[in-house]
Amino acid sequence: MTTGAEVAVALAGTGAVVGEAGPGDTVAGVVPACVAYPGTVDQAAGVMSAAAALGMTVVPRGSGRTISWGPPPARCDVVADMTRMDRILEHAAGDLVVRAEAGVTLGQLGEVLAAKGQRLALEGPAAATVGGVVATGAAGPLRLRYGTARDLLIGITVVRPDGRVAHSGGKVVKNVAGYDIGKLFAGSRGTLGLITEATFRLHPLAALTAYVTSDYDDAAAAAAAVATAAASPLQASAAEIDRPAPGAPVRVGVLLEGTASGVSERADRMTEVLGHGAQTSLLAPQWWAQRGEAAAGPVGGTLIRVTFWAAELRRVLDAIDAVGADAGVAPAVGGSAGAGVLQVSLDAGEDPDQVAVFVRALRAATGHGGAGDPAALARGSVVVLTAPAPVRASVDMWGPVPALALMRAVKRQFDPGNTMAPGRFAGGI
Amino acid sequence: MAARRPDPAARAGRGRAARGGAADGRPAGGQAAGAAGAVAAGLPVAESPTAALIPVMTQICGAAGVVSDPRDLATYECDGLTSHRTAPGLVVLPQTAGQVAAVVRACAGAGVPFVARGSGTGLSGGALPRSDGVLIVTSRMRKILEIDPVSRRAIVEPGVTNLSVSKAVEPFGFFYAPDPSSQVICSVGGNVAENSGGAHCLKHGFTVHHVTGLEIVTPDGELVWLGDGTSAAPGYDLVGAFTGSEGTLGIATKIVVKLTPLPEAVTCLLAAFDSTSAGGTAVSSIIAAGIVPAAIEMMDALAIEAAEAAVQCNYPAGAGAVLIVELDGPAADVETDRAAVRELCEQAGAGEIRVADDPAERARIWAGRKSAFAAVGRISPAYIVQDGVVPRTALSRVLARISELSAGVDGVRVANVFHAGDGNLHPLVLFDDSIAGAGEAAEEVSGQILDLCIKAGGSITGEHGVGVDKSRYMTKMFGEDDLDTMQLLRCAFNPRNLCNPGKVFPTPRLCGEVPGVRRAPHPAAAAGEVDLF
Repeated sequence: MTTGAEVAVALAGTGAVVGEAGPGDTVAGVVPACVAYPGTVDQAAGVMSAAAALGMTVVPRGSGRTISWGPPPARCDVVADMTRMDRILEHAAGDLVVRAEAGVTLGQLGEVLAAKGQRLALEGPAAATVGGVVATGAAGPLRLRYGTARDLLIGITVVRPDGRVAHSGGKVVKNVAGYDIGKLFAGSRGTLGLITEATFRLHPLAALTAYVTSDYDDAAAAAAAVATAAASPLQASAAEIDRPAPGAPVRVGVLLEGTASGVSERADRMTEVLGHGAQTSLLAPQWWAQRGEAAAGPVGGTLIRVTFWAAELRRVLDAIDAVGADAGVAPAVGGSAGAGVLQVSLDAGEDPDQVAVFVRALRAATGHGGAGDPAALARGSVVVLTAPAPVRASVDMWGPVPALALMRAVKRQFDPGNTMAPGRFAGGI
Repeated sequence: MAARRPDPAARAGRGRAARGGAADGRPAGGQAAGAAGAVAAGLPVAESPTAALIPVMTQICGAAGVVSDPRDLATYECDGLTSHRTAPGLVVLPQTAGQVAAVVRACAGAGVPFVARGSGTGLSGGALPRSDGVLIVTSRMRKILEIDPVSRRAIVEPGVTNLSVSKAVEPFGFFYAPDPSSQVICSVGGNVAENSGGAHCLKHGFTVHHVTGLEIVTPDGELVWLGDGTSAAPGYDLVGAFTGSEGTLGIATKIVVKLTPLPEAVTCLLAAFDSTSAGGTAVSSIIAAGIVPAAIEMMDALAIEAAEAAVQCNYPAGAGAVLIVELDGPAADVETDRAAVRELCEQAGAGEIRVADDPAERARIWAGRKSAFAAVGRISPAYIVQDGVVPRTALSRVLARISELSAGVDGVRVANVFHAGDGNLHPLVLFDDSIAGAGEAAEEVSGQILDLCIKAGGSITGEHGVGVDKSRYMTKMFGEDDLDTMQLLRCAFNPRNLCNPGKVFPTPRLCGEVPGVRRAPHPAAAAGEVDLF
C-alpha cells in the first residue's frame, strides 16, 4: 500500500499544489490520502497520470458543497480540487458563448456576464463551480425553460483517468461534428474523468422578471394550476411549488421573463390562470428554490429527488403524503413541478429506519420499486441525493436505473481501472 | 455536403426511394421466394452472407418486408447525399421494435454489418448502405403511440415524419420544435440519429433538447430504454449521447419527444441590404439588444437571383442581401421585439423592410428562402451544398474570404444561404459539370470553406452530420485523443462495429474485449412475437 506521503510526493511532481487531507476533505465519510489542486489542464492531466500510475482512486471536487451527496466512494486516495482553475477563458458576448475553467464559480461568472447583459441560465449557490454544476447535473427552477447543464453545455475538456486530455463539441452553438461527450459527463458525478473546462451557450438577461404566486388548500387544484401554467403560451420560465408539511397548503409560483410591457401583460393574465387570489411580485417569494438541489443553504437531513411525467403531479403529492403518514415521517416537498422534478426533504431528526421505509414505500407507490424492467419505460424515479449516515446504510440511494448494463459498459470503457469515484454512481458504478 | 443537383440520376434515385417506401408491398418478396425456390430445386446457391440471411429475414419481416431484387435494391443506394452510392446487400422493412431487434440479432449472429435508414433525406451519407450488409428501413414504423398533453410528451415510432408530430399535437395547443427543412418527409428516427436542427433551432434548440427517452435496439439486438421520458433520469445521459451519433450506437425504435406550447404570436420581417456585411451588422445588433428571434436567415445576391428565377419570390430588387427575422412568443413581447428589430435593421442601413403577421404572408417571405437550395439549379448546371459553422461574430469576415476563394477559381461561384443567427453557413458551390475538372475545382473550394470555418473557431457541420462525407475532416477539427475518447462511447455500445460502420470516424478503433454471445433468448422471441429460425 502506498502511503499518503508517497502519493503527495508523486503528485507534487506534476506542478499541482498538493496538501494533506484534513477533516474537511472527507467524502461521505471516507478520508482521502491527500488533496491535489491543479492550476492548469496540464497539471490536472499530470495528477491523473500520476494517480493512475500508482493505482490511486480520484474523486473530483468543486466547491465541495455536495461532495458528500450520493453513496460514499469505495475508496478515495486523491481529491482533485478544481478551485484553482478559476479563469474565465473567453466571453464572446456577440456569440452568446462563454468558455470557463472548471473551478470558475457561478457567482464570479454571473458578474462578468451581467456586465454585458447576459447570463448562464443555470442556478446554484454563488460558490458552486461550473465543473461541479456540470458533473452533478444540479438545476433550479429555470430548468423548465432552459433545461439543465446538458442542454446549455456546447463544449467540454476532460482529463481521462489515463491522463489523456480530450475535447468534444466546440464554441459554436450549432455543431453536430462527432459524439457529444459533454452529454455523458453532465451528471456523471466524477465517475468518468475530470472536467477541466466547459463552454456554455448564454442567454440575454430579461428586461423584466415577475413572479405570480398563489396558495391552494387542495393538491389537485394546485396541480391543475401548474399544468395550465406550464402548457400556456404565456411562456413560463419556471413553474414551482412548495408544501412545507403534509396537509399544508400548496404554494404555486410561476416565473415570467421578457420585455417590460410583455411581462406586465402576461403577469396579469397568469394571475387569472392561477386564480385563488394570485399575486404578482417583482421579487421571488421567500420559499422560491429553497428546497432543491440548487438551493444555497446546507442540507441537514434527507433530500430525495422525485421525477415523474408532469401529469402525475397530483398523484405524486398524494403518494408522498400517504407514504409519509404510514412511515411516521413528515416530508416537506417543493421544486420544479411543471418540469416533473420535485425534492422531498426529511428532517435530520427523523428515525433512520422510518426514512428508509418511506423511500422504499414511495418507490413502490410511484411504480419505481421493482428491479427495473428494461423493456418498459420507467417514466420517473426516486433518488436519495443525500442523507444522514444511518439512512445511507439502510437504503439504496439510486434505486432502479434504466439501461444500467450500457452504463456499466460506458464506465468500463472510460475508466477500465475503476479509479474514478468508484461506487458513487447509479448501480454501484 | 456534395449533394450535386440537378443531377437526373440523383433526382431519379430520390424519387424511386420515396415511391419504394410507399409501394414496397409489391415485388419485394419476389426474390426471397426465388431464392427459396432455388434451394428447393437443389440448385447450387453461391450465397453471399446477406443472401444467406434472406430466409430468416423473411421469417422475421414477412416476404413483403424483405427486398433482395437488385433492381429494387438500387432504390436504396443513396440517401440525400447522392454523390455516394452503394446498393445494399439486402433491405428489410420491419414493422415492430421486436422485428428490428430480431433483424439486428440475425445480422450480429452472422457477423453482417447493418445500417439503419429513415426517410433517406440525410445530407452526409449517414444512411449509405453497405453492399455486404443489411439496410434496415424504419419507414413502416409510423405510429404515434401516445400523446400526453398534460405532461407535454408524445411517444412516436422512428418512421413517423417530423411534421406529422406537430400536426398531431396541434389540436392540443402544441408543436414539436425541431424543424429541419425536410420536415414534410424526414423521419423522427433520422432526426434523432443526426440531432437535426432547422431554421428555428436558434431559439428552440435541436432534437437533443426535445427527446427525453429512447427505446433502442442495441448493436447486439437487445431492446433497451434509454432515459425515462422525464428530463432528469438517473445515471448517465445516454439519451443525449445517443442523439446525434449518426446510427452508430444502435437503432431507435420508440422516441419520447417533448411538446412545446404553440406561440401566441409569430411575425416575420424581411429586410433588404446592400451587402451581407450590412445584414451581418443588423444581426449583431439584434443579438446585442438581447433579442432571441426564432430564426434569422440570410441570402446573398446570387442566392436571391436563383430564388427569384425559381419561385418569383419578389424580394426587393437589387438587394445585395436579404435578412429574414422571425419572432415568436407571447403577443406583447413579440410586438416590442418587432419594433426593436425594425429599428435595428434601419440603423444597419436596410432599404426596404416588409413585415408579415399572418401565415400566408409569412409563407410568401419564406418561399424564396425555402426554395433556395433547389433554385440554384436554375442558374447552375450542378452544385455542392456545404454545411459549416462559424461564430456569429466572424460571419462577415468569413463570407469575405469565401468570396475571395471563389473569385480565384474559374467556373466556380458560391451562393450563400445561411442561418445567420447561429453562424451556420450553407454555401452553395456552383459549377458546370460538363466542363472537365470543374467538379474537382468546386470540391476544392468547398473543402477550403470548411478550413475557414475551423480556423474561425467553428465546426465542419452544423446540422448535416459527418456521415461518410466529412469523416476525413474530423482530424482537422479534433485531435487523436479527442477522437479516441469519442470512440470509447462507440466501443461501449457497438464494440464489433457492425452497426453503421465507416461513418463519422476516419479510422475505427479496436475496442479490446468483445462481449460474448447473449445468454437469454431474445425478449421478442421469448414472447412468441417473432420466430427466429
